[in-house]
Amino acid sequence: MNAPVGALDPHADQRLGIIDCDVHPYPKPGALNQYLPERWRNHVFHYGKFNCGIYADRGTYPRFSPNTSRRDAWPPGGGAPGSDVAFIREQLLAPYNIAYGVLEPLLGGNTSRNQDEAAALCTAMNDWQAHDFVDPEPRLRASILVPQDDPAAAVKEIDKRAGDWRFAQIQLGSKTSEPLGRRRYWPIFAAAQANGLSIGLHIGGTQSSTPSAGGWPQFYVEDHHVLVHSMQNQAASLILEGVFEAFPRLKVCLIEGGFAWAPSWAWRLDAHWAKMRDEVPQVKRPPSEYMRTNLWFATQPVEEPEQPEDLRRVFEWIGWDRMVYSSDYPHWDFDDPHLAFRFQMSEQEKRLLFHDNALKVYTFR
Amino acid sequence: MNASVNVLDRPAGAAQTSGIIDCDVHPFPRPGAIEQYLPERWRRHVAEYGKFTYGIYAGIGAYPRFQPYLSRRDSFPPNGGAPGSDVAFIREQLLDRYNVAYGVLEPLLGGNASRNVDEAAALCAAMNDWQAYEFTDPEPRLRASILVPQDDPDAAVKEIDKRAGDWRFCQVQLGSKTTEPIGRRRYWPIYAAAQANGLSIGLHVGGTFSAAPSAGGWPQFYIEEHHGLVHSMQNQCASMIFEGVFEAFPNLKIVLIEGGFAWAPTLGWRLDAHWAKMRDEVPQVKRPPSEYMRTNLWWATQPVEEPEHPEDLRQVFDWIGWDRMVYSSDYPHWDFDDPHQAFHFQMTETEKRQVFRENALSVYTFR
Repeated sequence: MNAPVGALDPHADQRLGIIDCDVHPYPKPGALNQYLPERWRNHVFHYGKFNCGIYADRGTYPRFSPNTSRRDAWPPGGGAPGSDVAFIREQLLAPYNIAYGVLEPLLGGNTSRNQDEAAALCTAMNDWQAHDFVDPEPRLRASILVPQDDPAAAVKEIDKRAGDWRFAQIQLGSKTSEPLGRRRYWPIFAAAQANGLSIGLHIGGTQSSTPSAGGWPQFYVEDHHVLVHSMQNQAASLILEGVFEAFPRLKVCLIEGGFAWAPSWAWRLDAHWAKMRDEVPQVKRPPSEYMRTNLWFATQPVEEPEQPEDLRRVFEWIGWDRMVYSSDYPHWDFDDPHLAFRFQMSEQEKRLLFHDNALKVYTFR
Repeated sequence: MNASVNVLDRPAGAAQTSGIIDCDVHPFPRPGAIEQYLPERWRRHVAEYGKFTYGIYAGIGAYPRFQPYLSRRDSFPPNGGAPGSDVAFIREQLLDRYNVAYGVLEPLLGGNASRNVDEAAALCAAMNDWQAYEFTDPEPRLRASILVPQDDPDAAVKEIDKRAGDWRFCQVQLGSKTTEPIGRRRYWPIYAAAQANGLSIGLHVGGTFSAAPSAGGWPQFYIEEHHGLVHSMQNQCASMIFEGVFEAFPNLKIVLIEGGFAWAPTLGWRLDAHWAKMRDEVPQVKRPPSEYMRTNLWWATQPVEEPEHPEDLRQVFDWIGWDRMVYSSDYPHWDFDDPHQAFHFQMTETEKRQVFRENALSVYTFR
């Protein structure tokens, strides 16, 4: 696919622009402090930001590329990739004719073990997204960050932001203190459904035990890959705990966790359910049905089978209405919308993938 | 200490106005006893899917327990059954022999430890019925603990409210190994319900923790793992204090059972020193930690510490506070503490009355 077409045409009217479901903003130095009350500024200064991970202030594995980013994503005016709105316009929004880019901050605010600190940081990061990104650039839309292990505080933050046009969804992480389908998280799902907001479930998060069932991988490439497995775990948990029976209108977008695993995963869950459904009476329909009504899959990092046409088959098995494009800008495994999909799509299919499906999930006002 | 003294004596016509209080007695079910109290739906579920535990193995703990049923060899009832399963034999070996006015039942049956929270709720309700009907009803000196599915706060509160008015129950039971440190807010509804109902909480070693038992990983000896339970109790103690549980629930009473006690004074000193420097991290902790230890915590004495110089134990009692100590036997376990023999230093009559009776009366709900 070489020639840009319809929806991807940079000269097209913005009504035909594409939607990017995964853009990572980053703060300028000191930016977040401005939004923290004095008490928490002092606290973070003295005690630091507690991680749910095993190290203070950093992850367990180095991230392969500085700031996990493309080498060319460092703004010429200085600052970290994703920190400069003008450069985001120049590198992402304009050339790809982006109508909406959904901000997914990965800044650990929601992962502080100190729940009150988590709540304070989430609020500050939500203010920061809205003021520093969405206000100057309305094509960028914010995610509501919540302290997910403190349901009362999380619901409060959701209710606070739900009416604000600058927010398009709620963000959660794929690595959690407990499997995400468990009832301790249900108040968040209830608040999302009640406010008509979808949840973006992005890889990463608060897990402090080993990243894999076999313990600690010794390679970044392995740790990076097991994030995909974490997404499968969480999707299974959501279904088997009965989240989508309790919250039938809840929409969850699985971001950056891959998608080619979805069909075979669904086949197996269905087979298990056929035999063991009396253990989980809350799961009233075959698991694959919930996948087709309540789950969406963001495409980055796109799968790259040896025969590109095989990917079409995967799309069909999952459902063309389930797929939403994402770039992951400015990270090193960024998916260029022109280059990422190596099989031919019809205009209709492109419109679904790059535009229409996302409109059904997100709240763009 | 050889001569027996008043509170430990059995006066003629023993009534519950005298006699000692034993804060830790472990009942065990006869085969199939618990299932009788389960609704059909859960009987079937347990039969097909088993009882999920938080541990790493289904159906068993991670470490063998040193003795069959963890128990004294002589505590197997002559009529058959497991230690702690025969009320008549409990009377003979424990209640009558030691003039026990009240024995607090602490079932360690993993009901509250099921990962399936609905199963946990069902098992807890069944085990609470079982205690009440099969132990307290025939033998009112035995008083039950309210078992709760601690990771499901709504269900836990429901069970507490259901049993709180029932004279057969004298406390709520929790375990020292939990999914998260026990002071964390997810558990606060349980504290609220306990305080609202005027019920104390017995925090017994063991519980739902599924990660390594120690900060250094998995010990390779039972003796080391057994000792690690003492550390778990200290962890939980610190958690409750630093999370501000006793500010939020000033009337809450917690008895720390089977986790030792000689560590308590030094824990108090160190927590106080930390708090003096870092109290602005935890504004919810408004008083020095050791003060909460003196107002909201009690320690059950078994397994009693055994210093080389027995009188050193008196110093420990003084440091913790004589009003904080409550006697427990841990019957029928192998490290059972005989009330006549466990304490190797001289106590006054007043001190004995406190340890063996009065302190427990001020904590538990005996009706």
